[in-house]
Amino acid sequence: MNRKLIAIASVATICASAGVAQARDQINIVGSSTVYPFASYVAEELGATTHFKTPVIESTGSGGGMKLFCEGDGLDTPDITNASRRMKDKELTLCESNGVKSITEVVIGFDGIVIAQNNKNGAINLTRNELLMAVAAEVPSKDGKSLVANPYQYWDQINASLPHRKIVFYGPPTSSGTRDAFEDLVMKHLTKHMDVYTALYHADKEKNKKYKKYKTIRTDGVYVPAGENDNLIVQKLLKDESAFGIFGYSFYEENIERLSAANVEGVSPQPSAISSGEYPVSRSLYFYIKNSHINQIKGMTDYVNLFLNEKMIGEGGNLSDIGLIPLPKAERDASRARFANHTQVTMDDLKSKK
Amino acid sequence: MSESILSQSSAHQKRFRAEKRFKALSMMALLLAASFLVFFFYDIISKGASAMQQAEVLVDVHYNQESLDNYNKAVESPINKLVSRGYLRTLPLKMKDHPELLGTTVQEWVVLDSDIDQYLKGKPNRLKAKHKKLVDELVTVGAIQLNFNSGFFTNGDSKMPELAGIKSATIGSLYLLFITMIVALPIGVMTALYLEEYAPDNRLTQVIEVNINNLAAIPSILFGLLGLAIFISFFGTPRSSALTGGLTLALMTLPVIIISARAALRAVPGSIREAAVGLGASRWQTIWHHVLPLAFPGILTGSIIGLAQAMGETAPLLIIGMMAYVPDSPGGFLDAATVLPAQIYTWTGESIRAYSERAAAGILVLLAILLSLNGLAVWLRKRFETRW
Repeated sequence: MNRKLIAIASVATICASAGVAQARDQINIVGSSTVYPFASYVAEELGATTHFKTPVIESTGSGGGMKLFCEGDGLDTPDITNASRRMKDKELTLCESNGVKSITEVVIGFDGIVIAQNNKNGAINLTRNELLMAVAAEVPSKDGKSLVANPYQYWDQINASLPHRKIVFYGPPTSSGTRDAFEDLVMKHLTKHMDVYTALYHADKEKNKKYKKYKTIRTDGVYVPAGENDNLIVQKLLKDESAFGIFGYSFYEENIERLSAANVEGVSPQPSAISSGEYPVSRSLYFYIKNSHINQIKGMTDYVNLFLNEKMIGEGGNLSDIGLIPLPKAERDASRARFANHTQVTMDDLKSKK
Repeated sequence: MSESILSQSSAHQKRFRAEKRFKALSMMALLLAASFLVFFFYDIISKGASAMQQAEVLVDVHYNQESLDNYNKAVESPINKLVSRGYLRTLPLKMKDHPELLGTTVQEWVVLDSDIDQYLKGKPNRLKAKHKKLVDELVTVGAIQLNFNSGFFTNGDSKMPELAGIKSATIGSLYLLFITMIVALPIGVMTALYLEEYAPDNRLTQVIEVNINNLAAIPSILFGLLGLAIFISFFGTPRSSALTGGLTLALMTLPVIIISARAALRAVPGSIREAAVGLGASRWQTIWHHVLPLAFPGILTGSIIGLAQAMGETAPLLIIGMMAYVPDSPGGFLDAATVLPAQIYTWTGESIRAYSERAAAGILVLLAILLSLNGLAVWLRKRFETRW
């Protein structure tokens, strides 16, 4: 009898304590794996230099983070989500329908996407069009009137001035934000203005929806999805000298003595060129804050202020040492002002500028 | 007849050759497996051994008002450029918490930046030439040396490789293992007892048996989805917590424990049960006094192997949010936690190359724990096994 009581009591305690977990004293962050290194760096700084608990950061990818973030407004949902792209209007709608009414958007810096190769190769300059021809599943035929399955196996088939070198890409898989960004900035950027693709879309808008902004990457073994682990791509490039790898700037910077980066449209991926927007394959990094949590979770304001401090995101700041490319000064000030005023992100914001 | 056995007939020789070939093939298979293992150990040990040492410098740390305002002033220039920023930044808070330190100067061994650590170990680094010179000078006077890396065992995860350690992940693993054990062991053993000792052999129990065997072979990531649906979505246990992780792993380990416990119970001869019943013992007394003690070593062995498997598991934990950055050790079962294999996985994905030796060292620690768990299982079996 006594033992039975103890057993019942202990089960009840576990259940009760699970319920109490709603009140927490630790910031919960989810989202992009690209922003993850920066966010966890700041989180650690907060934990080491204050008495706040170190925030917990889960790397779920931008899309996965949005889904968790927009699940509801309660304290059992994340406080902040990181994203390597802007929030989509669909995601804001989801958030609003689940009761997340007030969100502040903060831009923290840039990330350049590097087309890297083994540094035993000579310098190479590629245009976005050449990259598109190398990776698209379907490309315009010789006469430019119709689409054919991508026939290119060597770079000099695309442009006679390029070397006779086999086309091989090791890049991120479909789940990755880096791949989304590559598709947007290189492929969609061009194909949405190319009649040979868009004509098909206009001919049958239902069936040929993908040709509106064509971004299908070839699957005949030329583009090898190499998993989310960018170190793996670096290893592949060291073995396979003809290959190119696609990954974020920080991995390139860390391996700078054994890799070199292709210039895109004549611009090399230097921090200054990425920051100014001159290097074409670069994107902004964001995080989104649930305003209703700011006063309920201890340390939220401190965390965000520490993140947006010049010592972190400024020129020569700690985050630039680990590969974040700083925003221009005016935009850093704008980010700080948006957080100070808890400026709410609106549908018009997300639709207006890129 | 006897002649044909002794004679070297061609059929006989053929059979003999086939026998030799078969033996050689099976030996080659063994050699291949062994060489993979040797390669793996060589690779991991050669990569991970260097993480057991960490470059440190013997300096005067000044605790005063100036270093309270700017922590870089706590160590004199230019050595402060070599010291890990992760160490310096903690000083102001330390002084605020211990005001009696103010105005004192303490000489101590201080952790250096990972670039210096990697430079001393002859690995790729981004140390500037002038700093290399300074490091070389300090090494010759003995102010900089590679000391035993105790921080690896006493620190949690860090974004600075020189400070990254396995403490929080190890404690997380222990919490998870504890939950898994107290949930899976009693339920598993009771299930096995019912199925072996009480249940009638009918269609229903056969279906249950097939399903249990099936569950043991299910890809572990599915248990993550199950855990997400049952514990997080339905019972509302906190995401990333040790409780959720432990319960999920308990689901995964249950079939293994049930199967091994049933095998152990079945190995207890029926004559023992008959003798007990014959002397007037009740069913419960038979099981409690005779069957269970005899089957116990077998049950324990199976359970330890099941728990060791759970300890190395990552896939189901990914789904319930345990693959996260959790540098603080969990203080309770509801706190966010991470586990050793998840920690290793996170380190292999880091862009900074100094993490690769930490990851390898983490693998060595995990291997050591798993080996000792399996060793314990073997020892228990040898020690307590009863032969009939």
